[in-house]
Amino acid sequence: MKTLYSIIAAAAFAAIAAPASAALNVFACEPEWAALAQELGGDKLSVFSAVTPMQDPHRIEARPSLVSRMRNADLVICSGSELEIGWLPLLFTQAGNDRIQPGSPGFIEASQYVVRLEIPKVIDRAMGDIHPSGNPHIHLDPRNIAKVAEVVTERLTQIDQANAATYRARAEDFNKRWGEAMQKWRQQAQPLKGMPIVVYHKDMSYFINWTGMREAGSLEPKPGIPPTPTHLAELVERMKRSPAKAVVYSPYNNPSAAQFLSQRANIPVVPLPFTVGGTPKAKDLFGLFDDTIERLLAVNQ
Amino acid sequence: MHRILLCAVACATAAPIAQAQDSLPQMRDELKKLQQRIDELEGRVKDAESTATQAATQASNRPQSESALNPAVSVILNGVYANLRRDPTNYRINGLIPTMTDVAPPTRGFSLGESELAFAANIDHNFRGTLIGSISPDNDSIGVEEGTIQTIGLSNGFTIKAGRFFSAVGYQNQIHAHAWDFTDQPLAMKAFLGGQLNEDGIQFRWVAPTALYWDLGTELGRGRAFPASLSNGGKNGARSLNLFTHLGGDVGQSVSWQTGLSHLRTNPSDRRYDDVDSLGNAVTNSFSGTSRLWVIDGVLKWSPNGNPTYNNFKLQGEYFHRKEDGSLTFDTLSRALANGLASQQSGWYAQAVYQFLPQWRAGYRYDQLSSGTVNLDTSGSGLTAADFPILAGYKPKKHSVMVDWNPSEFSRIRLQFARDYSRMGEPDTQMFLQYIVSLGAHGAHRF
Repeated sequence: MKTLYSIIAAAAFAAIAAPASAALNVFACEPEWAALAQELGGDKLSVFSAVTPMQDPHRIEARPSLVSRMRNADLVICSGSELEIGWLPLLFTQAGNDRIQPGSPGFIEASQYVVRLEIPKVIDRAMGDIHPSGNPHIHLDPRNIAKVAEVVTERLTQIDQANAATYRARAEDFNKRWGEAMQKWRQQAQPLKGMPIVVYHKDMSYFINWTGMREAGSLEPKPGIPPTPTHLAELVERMKRSPAKAVVYSPYNNPSAAQFLSQRANIPVVPLPFTVGGTPKAKDLFGLFDDTIERLLAVNQ
Repeated sequence: MHRILLCAVACATAAPIAQAQDSLPQMRDELKKLQQRIDELEGRVKDAESTATQAATQASNRPQSESALNPAVSVILNGVYANLRRDPTNYRINGLIPTMTDVAPPTRGFSLGESELAFAANIDHNFRGTLIGSISPDNDSIGVEEGTIQTIGLSNGFTIKAGRFFSAVGYQNQIHAHAWDFTDQPLAMKAFLGGQLNEDGIQFRWVAPTALYWDLGTELGRGRAFPASLSNGGKNGARSLNLFTHLGGDVGQSVSWQTGLSHLRTNPSDRRYDDVDSLGNAVTNSFSGTSRLWVIDGVLKWSPNGNPTYNNFKLQGEYFHRKEDGSLTFDTLSRALANGLASQQSGWYAQAVYQFLPQWRAGYRYDQLSSGTVNLDTSGSGLTAADFPILAGYKPKKHSVMVDWNPSEFSRIRLQFARDYSRMGEPDTQMFLQYIVSLGAHGAHRF
């Protein structure tokens, strides 16, 4: 009987202690930050992404599995700027974890460390689901990734001092590779300058800004409002007068509106990865930019 | 300007090379490279300029005053048009002890529902505060729906909440009315929780460090409302105890679920309700004793790849079982005759809501209650069961269907039809047309 109790006690202890003793738990809101953490922390981290490429980061719910993940997290990395406002605040209040509350070293709001675009001058919900602190989809400008990488490295070394040297070395290596890749992308993306594209949601703005492309319209009449027939008809007319080179959409968008416009206005439709894992080629951050540029170049004849 | 200047420099430096090597194609090549370099530099200048301007803009946009720390404020407005076959003032649920709270359908015709006013913010590094007031349109009163402080500074999965809050008994009780999928709550909530139970007290909750979501919690409360009673006031200690646990997780990417078990125990004293006696005279009866309620709840949500934007499906159900033992005083105001009461009653509902198009959802709910076993001991009072008509055996039922349109995350317009068999022998046909909107801070809804 005594042995049975000790076995049960040992099992219970193992069940409770196991997750804590493993690698540092990183809770990334979006796949791009999970990929970045993986680059910077390697096997020192156990990384989880709350949103998959097929999910709209605005729209997921604070489901129980996310509360569990948040409860055990040592570091949380999110885009911020109200992108996750429908679910992240609940995770903070339900998880019972003081290490990752806003304001503590365990929470990184990535968009606070970069220059945000499209900060509205006037804020009114009649304009759609706008973000008062600017467009939150910051990761499609590689310069922003570099900036956030600095912050993540700093926090990792702070939280997990035992492995600080590893994080610094990995960061140096990543910076070098990222810098070289940015040089390459800048060259490759030269022809994209001035290329007009129609987006689905305003989630490509940072990429457009970085490459010097031009946003010729969006399928959503207002941010967060699904495409309407009237708005699409208007876009078709506009495309007839000055055609865009492509209509693009992200994996979590329904392609039908993009296809409708593509057929009516006779412009190619290009599915873009949007984030890491969004297409087979976009298996890491490097692949994300490689594939995005490649897909756009392919239709920019 | 830069370009011309740099070109000139480029040409000047390129010229001698060309002369020396006398190779025109190579010169063109060099020029092209230089041109690229110029473009790149120009790009960088442009980036730097835009960064500087935007940084300046962002800096100037930062709120400077104390108002920067205002709590998040939001307002919920709702209004309803009701078309009811039966007069809602006569509403009752036969077979179960009335709750003495307003669980009747809204008044006939147009009416403004309760407006909600919510404030929430982190108080400091330890606490978060929330105040949700409800403004009742008819009796001009402001009530406190929830007013809590909650810890954010604890670790190891612990959370403590104090104040007034919607009790964690069952699933829907914790959800604010504006986020319900139907205009009214299920019959079981009306009968066993007096509509919706908010308790003054303290809640302790612990989330286990497991991959599968598991929480355990308890609530100690004053017992301010049904199934306890207002007259519980004036006593020290906790007059209501709730124990709860939940499990939850995902199945693949498309399905997530949660299930819960809760037990609410209260000791109502002098919990009154109105009825008529066997001669049809109005009387007020009152119950004192113990009331124990068990609730099993479950919710399952599906959306393709976990992306609910276009299509999603939600299945929800709860089963309530209540055991009450104590004494039922007949006509407390004059005759005051004591009777023994031991009852075991139950009820359940199941509902399904499907978003078939972006912005459009449809749903169906089935409700059923059972008066179960009611052992009324009238040996001391000389009364008969006919003196307690509301307790006569009955199985109330209800069918509801709804369709709603959600033009944005902040507005909803709903049409609901229901066939309600709450009153014995008087089925009601109900139609509701309702709007629910939210203004201000973007709310976050519980799973």
